Amino acid sequence: MDITFKDVSYIYQANSPFSHKALEDLSFHIPSGTFVAVIGHTGSGKSTLIQHLNGLLTPTIGEVQIGDYFINADKKPENLKELRSRVGVVFQYPEHQLFDETVAKDIAFGPKNFGVSEQEIESRIEEIIPAVGLDKQLLERSPFDLSGGQMRRVAIAGVLAIKPEVLVLDEPTAGLDPRGQREMMDMFYRLHKERKLTTILVTHSMEDAVRYADHVIIMNKGTKYMEGTPEEVFIQRDALNKVQLDVPEVIQFINSFEERFHIKIPFKRQSVQELAIQIQQVLKGAESSE
Amino acid sequence: MNNMMIIGQYVPGNSLVHRLDPRMKITIIFLFVIFVFFANNVASYSILTVFAIITTAVTRIPFRFILKGLTPVWFLIIFTFILHLIVTKEGTVLFELLGFKLYTGALIQGFAISLRFFLLILITSLLTLTTTPIEITDAIEDMLHPLKKIKFPVHELALMMSISLRFIPTLLQETDKISKAQASRGVDFRTGPIKERLKAVVPLLVPLFVSAFKRAEELAMAMEARGYQGGEGRSKLRQLKIERIDIFVLSLFILVIAGLFLTRNY
Repeated sequence: MDITFKDVSYIYQANSPFSHKALEDLSFHIPSGTFVAVIGHTGSGKSTLIQHLNGLLTPTIGEVQIGDYFINADKKPENLKELRSRVGVVFQYPEHQLFDETVAKDIAFGPKNFGVSEQEIESRIEEIIPAVGLDKQLLERSPFDLSGGQMRRVAIAGVLAIKPEVLVLDEPTAGLDPRGQREMMDMFYRLHKERKLTTILVTHSMEDAVRYADHVIIMNKGTKYMEGTPEEVFIQRDALNKVQLDVPEVIQFINSFEERFHIKIPFKRQSVQELAIQIQQVLKGAESSE
Repeated sequence: MNNMMIIGQYVPGNSLVHRLDPRMKITIIFLFVIFVFFANNVASYSILTVFAIITTAVTRIPFRFILKGLTPVWFLIIFTFILHLIVTKEGTVLFELLGFKLYTGALIQGFAISLRFFLLILITSLLTLTTTPIEITDAIEDMLHPLKKIKFPVHELALMMSISLRFIPTLLQETDKISKAQASRGVDFRTGPIKERLKAVVPLLVPLFVSAFKRAEELAMAMEARGYQGGEGRSKLRQLKIERIDIFVLSLFILVIAGLFLTRNY
């Protein structure tokens, strides 16, 4: 589903001494099937932004369009529930939302609410459990007996079992160990490709953004600060530093390499390994020409 | 929902009322709550109303904000008013409609009681609006100090109070977060039959309790790790001190009360 924000502003507790503008004149367009990374400092409005994607918040000014659903200050779509079954949101620390007696029941909770049949739910669980890296033996355990990482996976499975078309991820790997982070992000990326999802990833990690995203939106103080492909956005080091963001390691390396050896290597979202091979070739080339 | 609740919410500021010694504020408000019941005519009610309104104005908190925050209480006030209109049968009959007689006494009584109600709530909410929870608990601990002689656990009580006050916003935030997460999973808290809506509370309450217990445990551990052992021999960072301005405000309040007793009917 295409997602379009049109001059969206959102004010918390309007008309009170605590009134606080979280989003200001935000406009962007996300075509269906894109992997978008939303990056910004704490308090830049990222979390407010994603709550607009399934009608949890209604814009104070402006309009949000998701597929055929329009959300603005005057009207919420009547079929909010339908919208929510098509836009799955994995919130920060999603393990806090677990509540049911067993892992299986908790995963089934979402699809059940959206009226998916028992049989279908079961087959979805079969499919999702290995995908998120859990063991089937855990299905009958209480979610509260699991480790933090396992709880996170159960919670994510609970959202994926809804089979949304748009997947919104709010720092899904925060607090996991490095290997778990990598596994989880790879899993999301695989699902993104397999199910042709539109994925919106809120993250602090430039590395994740470079690795997975087709499109990057940088937020600052509730406004859109920069937007574009990772290649366009991440080479602008000064602009990024201005909002306390760093360029990804790969680009940092390319920059210092250029400064030191005066050899320019174009940034094409290569991984560290690919970059190493490239440098090797460049150096060999330099040798042979001498 | 919780946007509307202002009871217990502190609005930062630097007004005279904000700076007053919290013990003085509590004393004055306690006395005010008692003396409101002594007002019984136009003059005495006016004195109290004017006092309440001036105090509110001095806090510099927008009056509209306070009124809006009292919305849940408005219902109670209006309910009391209507109840008095129906029940009280004093004075002369003002008019009669379908066998229902409206008495002048009912109108006056209803108005007076509602006003009394309003003043009570306005003044008491000013306490929490202008005083941080920490200041309130410090003041209460200090004022209850004499009870220590009869082995009353004053310090523990104050600590419990400050911890619960401290965690109200946290719990509200947590509730908001979890209800949003569950709403995204298709829970509908707002519509549907009552039975369904009650059922919808379970996925909200279980995670809330789990995190509250976890938080309590972590807090206890953190306190012990820092050597907390209760009130014995514990010094205070914030010392409460009665300043000249506190005495001045108290005298003003005594004048108001004197005015009340001079004007009320006996």
